[in-house]
Amino acid sequence: MKTAVSDNGDNEDSGSDKQATITRRAFLSKMSLALSALAGAIIGVPVVGFLVAPLLQKVPDVWRVVGAVDKFKVGTTVEVTFLDASPLPWAGVAAQTAAWLRRDTEQKFVAFSVNCTHLGCPVSWLQNADLFMCPCHGGVYYKDGTVAAGPPPKPLVEYPVRLRNGQVEIKATGIPIA
Amino acid sequence: MKIFSGIWHWIDDRTGASAFVKPIAEHPVPPNTGWWYVFGTATLTAFIVQVLTGIALSTAYVTSTADAYNSLQFITHDAFLGNLLRGMHSWGASAMVVLIGIHMARTFLMGAYKFPREVNWLTGSVLLLFTLLMAFTGQLLRWDQNAVWSVVVAAEQAGRVPLMGDATAHFILAGDTVGGATLSRFFAFHVFFVPAMIFLFLGIHLFLVLRNGISEPPKMGQVVDPKTYREWYHKMLEKRGVPFWPDAAWRDVVFAVGVVVAIAGLAIIFGPPALDKPPDPTILQAYPRPDFYFLWYFAVLALIPSEAETFVIVGGPLIFGFLLFVLPFVANKGERSPYRRPWAFAVVLTAVVMIGTLWIAGEQAKWSPNFNPKALTSEEVGATSGPVYQGAQLFQSKGCIACHALGGNGGQRGPDLTAVGSRLSSEQMVTRILNGGNNMPAYGSILNPGELDALVAFLQTRKGR
Repeated sequence: MKTAVSDNGDNEDSGSDKQATITRRAFLSKMSLALSALAGAIIGVPVVGFLVAPLLQKVPDVWRVVGAVDKFKVGTTVEVTFLDASPLPWAGVAAQTAAWLRRDTEQKFVAFSVNCTHLGCPVSWLQNADLFMCPCHGGVYYKDGTVAAGPPPKPLVEYPVRLRNGQVEIKATGIPIA
Repeated sequence: MKIFSGIWHWIDDRTGASAFVKPIAEHPVPPNTGWWYVFGTATLTAFIVQVLTGIALSTAYVTSTADAYNSLQFITHDAFLGNLLRGMHSWGASAMVVLIGIHMARTFLMGAYKFPREVNWLTGSVLLLFTLLMAFTGQLLRWDQNAVWSVVVAAEQAGRVPLMGDATAHFILAGDTVGGATLSRFFAFHVFFVPAMIFLFLGIHLFLVLRNGISEPPKMGQVVDPKTYREWYHKMLEKRGVPFWPDAAWRDVVFAVGVVVAIAGLAIIFGPPALDKPPDPTILQAYPRPDFYFLWYFAVLALIPSEAETFVIVGGPLIFGFLLFVLPFVANKGERSPYRRPWAFAVVLTAVVMIGTLWIAGEQAKWSPNFNPKALTSEEVGATSGPVYQGAQLFQSKGCIACHALGGNGGQRGPDLTAVGSRLSSEQMVTRILNGGNNMPAYGSILNPGELDALVAFLQTRKGR
């Protein structure tokens, strides 16, 4: 920062001092701000990193056993429950999740997400009507998961299913986001 | 008494409390501000109720998805005054949402957002946003079945945001599904982050109220001119101003005490919201509903065309926020009187009517299927065997009754079929049942010919009264 300095020698000295002081002040100001920013970064980086970590974590591929193949009758749709892909030790019941499992043939199983593709509410299976119905906004799906009526924009999401060692396994992939 | 007086004088001398507080308390305000000016203080009072009752509740609330529900059961049914505290916290939240809405409407109607109070308005808008965030996160901390599914619904809506929807949804869930981390995240937001933001913006808001002064009651023809307003305002205060305490503050105090009494009274009479089923994501017999502040929005999502949904979910809040933001910039001068600003009346009236109507629609939720209708009696059916009887059984087992009512029993999503036999021929019924419609599944692949005949036979007997 420039300061006016008079021709007078004394004033010139004091003016130089003032200029030096102001320069020193400018330096101290900038240094303090920079150090504060550094402190902010030291605190902020781990805080933000911790908060956004779930966005960066890849969902692990975990297959969950939901029951013996023989347990499911051909042509029926039943609710199956299984553990999340990455349950936390203190999650309690929240670590559990569910799917609608349909056995189409001896070897063909289809697992539907319980979440309505409209806004995620849990759809109910009406056994005698062969329909899934959503309690929130009245979305309806046929037994193959295709939209039968109401606001859902797309069919029920399917989870990968496989048969291994006489057991039905579903790939736990989390809540399907529209 | 002398001792207390001496102690107070010592504290006052060392801290400068009187010297700091007195000028603030007694700062001059316009005369005759009246009862319309009490809603800001009332909102602050409701917030204080929330902070105090919230701190008390947090001493017993367990922030764990495994135990939160049980801790709430304990607070509600076993802890001394726990039921009252939960009730006050819940009714206090409702009061805060309603009061900030009224405060904002009053500010808008009286043009109090105009020069030089534009930033008062902006900070108030931010406080509205944080108040709604508190309301939503608070509902989730109830951590019952309704809360769990509300988190999912929130994540699904966030998922509609272009490009970053998936990331936002997972940020809300604190993972890829509702789990152990979800509740902790909402607890941190509800108890630390959002209240801290409210304190910050409240501080700025109150500082600006002092700096720019309380707006004078508007008069027709008395326009705001940014070039002259400040000088005019200060002269007016010098001439006719009255000290805020107690000339204006007494009304704030009376109303604020009324708010506290009302919150406590409602908590005693109605108690806290009942806890839903346990937060088990595998219990699929759920009926997720938002608390009353968002019930109107629940209705919006049910009633708008599905093609417009993403625009409404993503664009609606953005447009609303944008309008709140630009208002003080595009209309910061001129008339303040609501009698000379009919459009301001129209905006508030439209908002109230729209939200009120949608709220009623959300409360009724006619679009939701009725999964628990009463079984039709033989008197209602009018037969105990044969096609009519069989049709009545099919009407119930095939889910028709979930969407269609008979004599007031059943869902309301589809037309009432109490007198459908008088309206439609058998052929018309067959066409509709087989092909379905926009909100009705096609039953062509669900019913066999015999079942279809029986169902139509039953419906043909529904002639009404």
